[in-house]
Amino acid sequence: MEKFLIHGEKDDYEIVVGLEVHAQVNSQSKLFSGSSTNFGSKPNENVSLVDAAMPGMLPVINEFCIKQAIKSGLGLNAKINKFSVFDRKNYFYADLPQGYQISQYSDPIVGEGTVEINFPDGATKKIGIERIHLEQDAGKSLHDQHPSKSYIDLNRSGVALMEIVSKPDISSPEEAGAYIKKIRSILRYLGTCDGNMEQGSLRCDVNVSVKKDGDPLGIRCEIKNLNSVRFVMQAITTEANRQVEEIENGNEIIQETRLFDAVKSETRPMRSKENAHDYRYFPDPDLIPLVLTDEYINDIKKSLPSLPDQIRKNLVDNYGVSEYDASVISEEKEISDYFFLASKGRDGKLVSNWLTTELFGSLNKNNLKIEDSPISPEQLGELVDFISDGTISGRIAKDVFAEMFETKKNPSKVIDEKGLKQISSSDDLIPMIERVISNNLDKVDEYKNGKEQLFGFFVGQVMKESSGKANPKLVNQLLKEKLN
Amino acid sequence: MSEIVSKTILQIKEGLKKREYSALEVTDAFISASESNKKLNFYNTFTKEKALEMAKTSQSRIDSGEDKILDGIPIAIKDLFCTEGTLTTASSKILGNFIPNYESTVTQNLWDAGAIMLGKVGCDEFAMGSSNETSFFGEVINPWSKVINKNLSPGGSSGGSAAVVSAGAALAATGTDTGGSIRQPAAFCGVTGIKPTYGRCSRWGIIAFASSLDQAGPITKTVNDSALMLNVMSGFDPKDSTSANKNTPDFLKACGNFNLKNLKVGIPKEYQISGMSSEIINLWETGYGWLKDRGADIIEVSLPHTKYALPTYYVIAPAEASSNLARYDGVKYGYRNSQNHLDDLYANTRADGFGNEVKRRILIGTYVLSAGYYDAYYRKAQRVRNLIIQDFNKVFKDVDVILTPTTPSAAFEVGSQQDPISMYMNDVFTVPASLAGLPAMSVPSGLSTNGLPLGLQIIGKQFDEENVLKVASNIEDQAKFPFLN
Repeated sequence: MEKFLIHGEKDDYEIVVGLEVHAQVNSQSKLFSGSSTNFGSKPNENVSLVDAAMPGMLPVINEFCIKQAIKSGLGLNAKINKFSVFDRKNYFYADLPQGYQISQYSDPIVGEGTVEINFPDGATKKIGIERIHLEQDAGKSLHDQHPSKSYIDLNRSGVALMEIVSKPDISSPEEAGAYIKKIRSILRYLGTCDGNMEQGSLRCDVNVSVKKDGDPLGIRCEIKNLNSVRFVMQAITTEANRQVEEIENGNEIIQETRLFDAVKSETRPMRSKENAHDYRYFPDPDLIPLVLTDEYINDIKKSLPSLPDQIRKNLVDNYGVSEYDASVISEEKEISDYFFLASKGRDGKLVSNWLTTELFGSLNKNNLKIEDSPISPEQLGELVDFISDGTISGRIAKDVFAEMFETKKNPSKVIDEKGLKQISSSDDLIPMIERVISNNLDKVDEYKNGKEQLFGFFVGQVMKESSGKANPKLVNQLLKEKLN
Repeated sequence: MSEIVSKTILQIKEGLKKREYSALEVTDAFISASESNKKLNFYNTFTKEKALEMAKTSQSRIDSGEDKILDGIPIAIKDLFCTEGTLTTASSKILGNFIPNYESTVTQNLWDAGAIMLGKVGCDEFAMGSSNETSFFGEVINPWSKVINKNLSPGGSSGGSAAVVSAGAALAATGTDTGGSIRQPAAFCGVTGIKPTYGRCSRWGIIAFASSLDQAGPITKTVNDSALMLNVMSGFDPKDSTSANKNTPDFLKACGNFNLKNLKVGIPKEYQISGMSSEIINLWETGYGWLKDRGADIIEVSLPHTKYALPTYYVIAPAEASSNLARYDGVKYGYRNSQNHLDDLYANTRADGFGNEVKRRILIGTYVLSAGYYDAYYRKAQRVRNLIIQDFNKVFKDVDVILTPTTPSAAFEVGSQQDPISMYMNDVFTVPASLAGLPAMSVPSGLSTNGLPLGLQIIGKQFDEENVLKVASNIEDQAKFPFLN
């Protein structure tokens, strides 16, 4: 891949990016309480005594969340730390009821790992994972409910998050986008995070710095709370450009936290230096260190599903799917599940073509996800069968597909009802061909006098005569016989 | 009736069984004793009606022969245990209006066993203090004050718990102990108190001071009563991650065995601090003399890091407290000094809501955890804490229990100790066992030259409350302590 550079007035600059992905752990209940994690409940409906930090309340680790974190670590080829500690991160905020967030600081549950990101041209790059730690989410402050008061919703308070910290291995906005997509894809395969960015299940903080080729790392700025791949990419570009401009104007970059304003397309400082937090991390004395055995980790390892990289390889090697289609199909578990059902015992290449063109096109047009597809994988498979065995032509198949998408009917039913079965018998086709010839005697003369391009015209007329059902191959063959 | 209030739990249980009196009569007697001692200021919240109601329920169980272990036994609860529907203030203005809608595990265990709640007794604010004087509602007065005609401190933080039992106004009280908060007031008020092993009693529903040290325990007149109370209060609680998943032995069985043959008692030389009064030294010597008489081996031992225990404690406990008390911010419950800006709300609520000692400890705790100071204070304190634990581990290879004085002096006059450091010195003998999470008990063992109670402390191995109780009941048997009531 070509190196991504920012061209300043004076120099070219490389960018160095590290990402912190905050992924909400897919779990029924919170990290340290039994409250529901349901999205969209009424404000303060899912709040236990622990979540509201009532006096004397104590956190108890939700083991399922621990398993989910381990699973995520294994899925990112990372080291699982058999000893980890929960720390308190102390700061005051109205939606942080305890006055501290329980997080992991010096001893996270997951250590170093790697993830391979993919580019549309088939190229790949390895991005290092620094660590994954578990932490509680805070509640939500609502400032728009009352003219002078803020309201607090603690439904999210205590929900488990995994913070996945990358190494500063990312060197373009595109790589950052590919990285997030890959992390999201892996977590969704693992079932450890639903990856829903609109609902905030996956959020990103981005660390950006710029430097000239060969220079040491520059000073970085952190841009917080980005909730779409597009915003991440825009924020990186905007921030990197700002830094280049600062440097070229002779200013120093100050290490700080900034917010991205997508409307104005700018980043600006989040808080001033005087308000810089000293979080006073220390081990939470309410919780004992988390100690895991090899056996425990291995049991989880055994339960891991196939992951996108394996699936992509399988699609290319064993199903004849193109490299590009394979990466599209493998990105989402729901899509690859669909593909494997639809292609069972069939030509994988053909199924992949129908899936990635016709089905994706129709789903997109109707704003549907593959889980909501009106055409089941089995039905798509049958449709492909009818094409393969010559029952219908590829062109008719598109009409059948449209009808299936509309009515959810089986392809055989659509073909029967509409009489779309391909006409493949000479006895049925010859009368049609003779009709076309006798209606176009002048053209037949021209053809015979050397205007051979008229052959296509005759084919078209026969197809029209058969309402498109004629087997094109046979029409060709019979027409040639009749005309020559 | 006055006869009732001078009895022990075991005696009252016997009387109830024999129908000498009813649960209601017992409860009435203790209510009267509480009311006639109003000037001693035991209660933050006196729950007379609730007590009478619970007494009725107790009696009906006794009548139907379905009585439970503590049916008909009126007790007081330190105002640090959350009690459903009853004010729970931690003796602080900031929780002055707080009524929990939940019950702490330890108090629930007591109610499930039939105990009757007389009310919530005073303590130092958030259990931070050794004199009861940091309470927002005024200090409890030590019932022994009448001996010298001066207002004496009951000690702290569980001063109300020790005082109410000492005055014969409750058969038992719950306490909590972070650095000596059960043992020191028990010694000052001439009653018995045990801090069990860290993890023996659930901390769920107890307002936290320093989570790695806080532990609930009973204060009673006798060792037997403490054993009985501890049986009920103890037990694994899945709601407390630091609670020990261990069976509770029958502690009562450990008491009353007066043969100490083969028992090894350690006397730590580092507890002979300079300037220790001769009456304390005498008490200590008398104490191990008694144990020797019963067949125990007395062995001098060394706990070399003892002198670092107090400073270590006063780094770790405030550090945890500074974080534990962050939740009292005026946003969700408790006192609020309403302000337009969030930062002002915090500042004013906490400035008005907390007393000076609590503020002092929040500041110390915040300081020792701050960037740049963490290693020098908090991390170092954790290391020293480990050394102190290792000291004990080593000594407990050679001995079964350790005997020390509970406090360096008898109860002092209210208002006489203005300097925080000299106040902190009260905990010098009790803090090491707290840092090591070990069971430790104070038994009233004698009187000072001016007639005030003094206690001896027995420290045991982790989860070996049984040997602690065994030794304590021997001291009790030989001390023949002149209880006030």
